[in-house]
Amino acid sequence: MRRNSPPALIFHGLFVVFMLAPLLIVCVVAFTPEGYLSLPTRGPSLRWFKAIFDYPEFIRAFRDSLWLAALSSTIAIMLAVPAALAIARYRFPGREAMTTLFMSPLMVPHVVLGIAFLRFFTQIGISGTFVGLVLSHIIVVIPFALRLVLAASYGIDRRIEHAAISLGAGTSTVFRRVTLPLILPGVVSGWLLAAINSFDEVTMTVFIASPATVTLPVRMFLYIQDNIDPLIAAVSACLIAMTAALLFALDRLFGLDRLFVGSGKG
Amino acid sequence: MSLAVTERNSPFLLTGPALLVFLGLVIIPLGMTVLLSFYDWGQYKGIVPEFTLKNWVEVFTDSYFFEIFLRTFRIAILVTLASILIGVPEAYILNRMAPAWRSAFLLVVIGPLLVSVVARTLGWALLLGSTGLVNQGLIALGLITTPLEFMFTETGVVIVLIHVLIPFMILAVWASLQRLDPQIENAALSLGASRLTIWRRVILPQIVPGILSGSIIVFSLAASAFASPAIIGGRRLKVAATLAYDEFLNTLNWPLGAAVASLLLLALVLITVGSNRLIERRYAQVFE
Repeated sequence: MRRNSPPALIFHGLFVVFMLAPLLIVCVVAFTPEGYLSLPTRGPSLRWFKAIFDYPEFIRAFRDSLWLAALSSTIAIMLAVPAALAIARYRFPGREAMTTLFMSPLMVPHVVLGIAFLRFFTQIGISGTFVGLVLSHIIVVIPFALRLVLAASYGIDRRIEHAAISLGAGTSTVFRRVTLPLILPGVVSGWLLAAINSFDEVTMTVFIASPATVTLPVRMFLYIQDNIDPLIAAVSACLIAMTAALLFALDRLFGLDRLFVGSGKG
Repeated sequence: MSLAVTERNSPFLLTGPALLVFLGLVIIPLGMTVLLSFYDWGQYKGIVPEFTLKNWVEVFTDSYFFEIFLRTFRIAILVTLASILIGVPEAYILNRMAPAWRSAFLLVVIGPLLVSVVARTLGWALLLGSTGLVNQGLIALGLITTPLEFMFTETGVVIVLIHVLIPFMILAVWASLQRLDPQIENAALSLGASRLTIWRRVILPQIVPGILSGSIIVFSLAASAFASPAIIGGRRLKVAATLAYDEFLNTLNWPLGAAVASLLLLALVLITVGSNRLIERRYAQVFE
């Protein structure tokens, strides 16, 4: 392996600063003891982190976001697993078109999806409800679930299943005891990626959230539109810290490159 | 016999639930939105389900909308070009690192992707404000005397969108770099090619498909970005997505908002499908 030249390393250093600076500044400003946006020059203070608890709407939105992410990604994975098995194993008419359709929420702008759901939910009378949020999030996270389950499904040796059938196992036993354990890494990582994307989604959700059911990113977005203060920095810092912890856990469990780059080989 | 029937039907049984969900929750709502763009609307009468072309005529003829769509695609092109210029060398540098360093810095690239875009944009709002760290630093270095305007400008929106979207470019280019055979590079070196020649004649041609697919992703996400332009651009500097948002939730002219959204969708589908076709034809041999 050839080494990178000094100019290349300087470029890399600047790039790392560029990527991390906005996240670090949020975390630093969150510790300010002042009542306005400033760097904590008089020493760090937890004042604004304590202040979060005086705004129950952030706590409530956080709880709703967690529920939404868990529910929508669970339903999405339940739809994605059979679809992925069908796409990986069978050649059937409409297979390509169906795959494109299931991946389409990645290509359709989320602002368009948001508008479409707002119109549709208003017409059928579930606008502004939690059910509406779950239904819309299932759609936007299915591509992530499908992609990872599909990658895992291509790698299965079907002779193992045939062996189970020849030994007298029924369809559901084969799925439960043979197929599912084989694709489990894909199912788990697909579920996680789906849950993260549901939790972070803001563009579509801002259209269909109502004051009663609002997710944390939407709550934060609406807050920032009014004013930017150390409180919102503290909320964001908590979010960044949680994501960092999750990231290290994911890296240990799966390896980030497996999860995000060339997951096709399984 | 019955087994053969199940085997023939099973792909449809397995994909059936997902297909029904997509029919009900994607096809129908999108169809209703397109239909809505042909409805009439008035300040006092609200949405009137009568066929009219007036929203589309307005979107295509009013210079206000033309300016916003022009700005949207200008921002998207600038973001895509900058992502190529920064992302390609960075992916190459990452690929040459020792594995331990590489996985550490991969966290730096992928990590921000998992942080809510609202939190990332907030960070940039703190950095780019007139008393923000960037302006303070530039003044301290003596490069400028008066603070530069980043907030509520296109420059600010472009900077933030580069930060938000560049991981997609790096991941796409990195995936194609991993397929390269390092021996080809060594062969070129042993035959006396300079570093620049190797880059231009050996490496670049092989990673062009990765660059192009990264560009399509970055371009379409930049053209439909919402939260970053809304926060950094403010109410005055509108792009297509924030325009549609305002029509829907502030002006309440849903048919006009639906026309804006349909046009954005149509433009992006044409651009991405068109460029995908072009790439597949041009680089068919690379994709095998």
